[in-house]
Amino acid sequence: MEPRTYLWLIPILPLLGATLNGVLGRRFSRAAVSAIALLSTGLSCALAIFEVVTLSDVFPIIERHFTWIQAGSLRVGYDLLLDPLSSVMVLVVTVVGLLIHIYSVGYMAHEEGPNFGGFYRFFSYMNLFMFAMLTLVLANNYVLMFVGWEGVGLCSYLLIGFYFRKQSASDAGKKAFITNRIGDFGLTLGLFSLFWMFGTLDYQPIFARAAAMPVEPLHQFGALTIITLLLFIGATGKSAQIPLYVWLPDAMEGPTPVSALIHAATMVTAGVYMMARSNVLFSHAPTTLLIVAVIGAITALFAGTMGLVQRDMKRILAYSTISQLGYMFLACGVGAYAAGIFHLMTHAFFKALLFLAAGSVMHAMRGELDIFKMGGLRKKMATTYWTFLIASLAIAGIPGFSGFFSKDEILWRAFNSPEYGRLLWAVGWITAGLTALYMFRIVFVAFHGEFRGGDEAWHHAHESPRVIRVPLVLLAVGALLAGYVQVPKFIFGGVEKFSDFLAPVFASTTTHGVAETAVNGGHHLELGLTALSVLIALAGIGIAYLVFRAKPERADLLEQKLKPLHSLLFHKYWIDELYSTLFIRPIQFLSTWVLWKIVDLFVIDGLGVNGSGFVVRGLGRGLRHLQSGRVRAYAGWVVLGAVLIVAFLVFKV
Amino acid sequence: MEFFNSYILTLLILTPVVGALVLALLNKEKAETLRRTAFGFGLLTFVFSLHLVARFSSGQSGFQFAENHAWIPAYGIRYHVGVDGISLWLVILATFLTVVSILASWKGIEKRVKEFFIFILLLEAGMIGVFLSLDLFLFYVFWEVMLVPMYFLIGIWGHGRRIYAAVKFIIYTAVGSALMLVAILSLYFLNARATGVYTFDFPIWLNNIASNRLWIDPHIQNWLFLAFFASFAIKVPIFPLHTWLPDAHTEAPTAGSVLLAGVLLKMGTYGLLRFNVQLFPEATRTFTPFIITLAIIGIIYGALVAMVQPDLKRMVAYSSVSHLGFVVLGIFVFNMQGVEGAIYQMLNHGISTGGLFLIVGMIYERRHTREIAEFGGLATPMPRLATCFMIITLSSIGLPLLNGFVGEFLILVGGFGASIARAKLYTSLAATGVVWGAVYMLWMYQRVMLGEVTHEANKSLPDLSGREKWVLVPLILLALWMGIYPQFFLRKMDASVSRLLNPPIVMMVQK
Repeated sequence: MEPRTYLWLIPILPLLGATLNGVLGRRFSRAAVSAIALLSTGLSCALAIFEVVTLSDVFPIIERHFTWIQAGSLRVGYDLLLDPLSSVMVLVVTVVGLLIHIYSVGYMAHEEGPNFGGFYRFFSYMNLFMFAMLTLVLANNYVLMFVGWEGVGLCSYLLIGFYFRKQSASDAGKKAFITNRIGDFGLTLGLFSLFWMFGTLDYQPIFARAAAMPVEPLHQFGALTIITLLLFIGATGKSAQIPLYVWLPDAMEGPTPVSALIHAATMVTAGVYMMARSNVLFSHAPTTLLIVAVIGAITALFAGTMGLVQRDMKRILAYSTISQLGYMFLACGVGAYAAGIFHLMTHAFFKALLFLAAGSVMHAMRGELDIFKMGGLRKKMATTYWTFLIASLAIAGIPGFSGFFSKDEILWRAFNSPEYGRLLWAVGWITAGLTALYMFRIVFVAFHGEFRGGDEAWHHAHESPRVIRVPLVLLAVGALLAGYVQVPKFIFGGVEKFSDFLAPVFASTTTHGVAETAVNGGHHLELGLTALSVLIALAGIGIAYLVFRAKPERADLLEQKLKPLHSLLFHKYWIDELYSTLFIRPIQFLSTWVLWKIVDLFVIDGLGVNGSGFVVRGLGRGLRHLQSGRVRAYAGWVVLGAVLIVAFLVFKV
Repeated sequence: MEFFNSYILTLLILTPVVGALVLALLNKEKAETLRRTAFGFGLLTFVFSLHLVARFSSGQSGFQFAENHAWIPAYGIRYHVGVDGISLWLVILATFLTVVSILASWKGIEKRVKEFFIFILLLEAGMIGVFLSLDLFLFYVFWEVMLVPMYFLIGIWGHGRRIYAAVKFIIYTAVGSALMLVAILSLYFLNARATGVYTFDFPIWLNNIASNRLWIDPHIQNWLFLAFFASFAIKVPIFPLHTWLPDAHTEAPTAGSVLLAGVLLKMGTYGLLRFNVQLFPEATRTFTPFIITLAIIGIIYGALVAMVQPDLKRMVAYSSVSHLGFVVLGIFVFNMQGVEGAIYQMLNHGISTGGLFLIVGMIYERRHTREIAEFGGLATPMPRLATCFMIITLSSIGLPLLNGFVGEFLILVGGFGASIARAKLYTSLAATGVVWGAVYMLWMYQRVMLGEVTHEANKSLPDLSGREKWVLVPLILLALWMGIYPQFFLRKMDASVSRLLNPPIVMMVQK
């Protein structure tokens, strides 16, 4: 007998919260709004945990509801799937989501001035986001997944532009939505191709049939390669990879909890989730995999370099997110989907924590984000400092912290990849050094040394209230411990709980495609590589200490010496400007001057329509003599004309 | 009830006419009475039309609630009306949007109130008649009749260059209509020559064509196809026949724009689907690549030109060119997904673009300008309007769980599987329209609603009134319903669409 399941409630509860707060929130007190938001998220979280725990023996669970869209042979059902992969995602989303909701109660109460109105608006959007994200990860077909996919995009748009009176905020929201739409353009084409190739958009039949297909040769573009490339385009949009990453740094215009939840822990990982979900397809398309790995590695490095020189704390973290997502793409690209999802999970904890801690700092600093106007803050805000430090150690890959395990797994698998494995590893390895460097640049500049923001600001700086500190501490626990579900073999024989748990999802991948990495060299090599990564992480921290802590004037000196390089990085390689020159301005010019003014107004309307009017008027002057003024004559002309045309058409042949 | 079932279609056409007559008898000074009466008759017609939905039998592919009486027997002209899965929802759309338009004109129309509502109701009768007619002569009569009230609506109650716009609208349409009349007469005579029966009856023509009793030389078929096409393409409008639309929309009063965009444009796509495709199967095949090309040009061109319009209404008008391009594409991909998507998209466009015009109208009533540059930050004084505007914007750009997505998705899925050369390339180009849609809509929304209030005049604009809420909320609920549970609407189309795509077997046998 099938167990009774309540998966549908997991996304619906936050939707209820969103609707309640959205429609009636104006009339509710702040306490009521917070209660509704927290309760709906909390119940959803509890239910998710309950379902995962009770159902994990009988995975996968498919819960079918009603048919959503049907036309001809296309049927899209409102069907939900709970399997190991969606379990991990659901748990990450609800647990991190709940903590961030709690944090937001404190954060938004404080930050929001009377100007912007809408405490309830914020929580309504946040709950709506939870609904969309949970739909995305629980969907049992590509179209329903796409519902969540677009839904999270909408919430991202709404929340980035939350301070809608600020030009930069509404610009950033629009940029995020449109950039994602470009990615979705690819994704939807991928869905159309899937449908006409497999006759359905449900996961199981597609994967079952794809698993039986031959793996397409490397460097060739077969059907599956093209489909997966289209899906990958969608992933680059949502997960901010080259070339569509440009929206994410700007997305930091949103309130900080939004950056933590949507633009670090959950939504931006949707691309990784989608690729892991489609692992059967990707593994049959080695060409795509190679492209994914290369894009991931380059993005990781590229974003890391930009993060090195930014001064805005949240922007540094944003580039760091892009960089870490690059690692996850690299993992998927080398067929190590489980490692990618592992990093997704650990990253969710430490990156959410970093952002929330940054938000706590923002509070203390009255919204100031320039790290060079901070300094010595650890004396004022101990909890924030310690949790930030733990997260930094985790992201830097210091042994014992969660990021160490997941990042190392990815690097190891990349190293063993048959295609450019060593090169991919090297890029990832250098990025690891950069990661430690830019993170500890923040730590040393903002939390150590002398305060540079003036006496008044120093006086104002204070530790945040408990409602903010508690989520920080809980996330710090996650950032510390989340890694121990998967420990490499050379440490006390290792732990493989995480990959074992996910194994059913990636089963056909490990038996088919090239993804199966021949683990050559054994433990000694792995141990050696790990030592190298730890070394470069320590080096990064060391350099950060020497440059930014031991002798802060070194930083300025370095900046002077490397002026062109610094400028290049600080201006983010001028990519935004490049896109603007290459695409935005030409399209505006084309639309305004060529299409509208010339084609529409001058050619079609001017020459065509009014021109023919002019000709007709001329003809009319000539034919005026036909206007005798007698109705009978007119009728005669009309009949004659009609008869002539009809005769021509009917009897011509 | 029996009476209802037998005469419901006539009732639908006559109720607004009766309403117009009643209005004609009322005192023209009593504006409020006139408004209420018009609203009453509009609502009554809408309620009657719901009877169709309730009693419509989904499994049946043919015409239901049909009425067939001789009208001008000497020429074989009949009063033949009926509704099937293709026209059902379009009729509902017409009756629904009429109610909305009447409600939306409550405040904006102050001069010649009586004539205004008479024209609105006559227009409604004409629109319903067009969708119900099964006799081509009758169809033509309704088609032409409908022009008159719209001409006056634009010409009398319009804005600035209203006369220019009205005349342009009428000349454009009349040119198309004249060509269509020639084609209808030709078919009439061709059919008579082949079968000896003089009739304008559409089902009979169709039967004769399907059974090969009426065989039209492909060459002539092409000409007839083009004559019909010209008329419908102008109405849709298909690029490059669209330039009447921005003028007509911009100058028309809100109700005129809503009905023009919401319903009148659909008559073009409806005509293509009903008459062009079914009467001229060979010619349809010949012209399909050409029409699809025009549709795709329309999608991209309309979107790009919409993007740079400084005038709100003009922007929405060009966006219609883009959206209707999707509909035309869906019709000519000839599979269930495409055609059902196209019909769905006709309804969607009626709701989302209707909604956009309503909102622009509301803003216009407050500020008496449509220049985007005159706005900015309107969300601050008008948060409720901002929310409604956002939802309708999202519906227009095809966000899932709102109506627009279902239509666009089905059309594009259908397009990808169409059995024409380069179907995937065509559809990919069309799919860029989804990106452009987001660009021009969100950019417009940002410039109008977001940011600081920069113009003094905008600082204290009142938010939605109670009546305005009643105008917008039903549209929004409908957009949600159509996005969340489209099955309710799609299932009633199935039988008719599948019959259209796989005509009865006689055709194959006799060929």
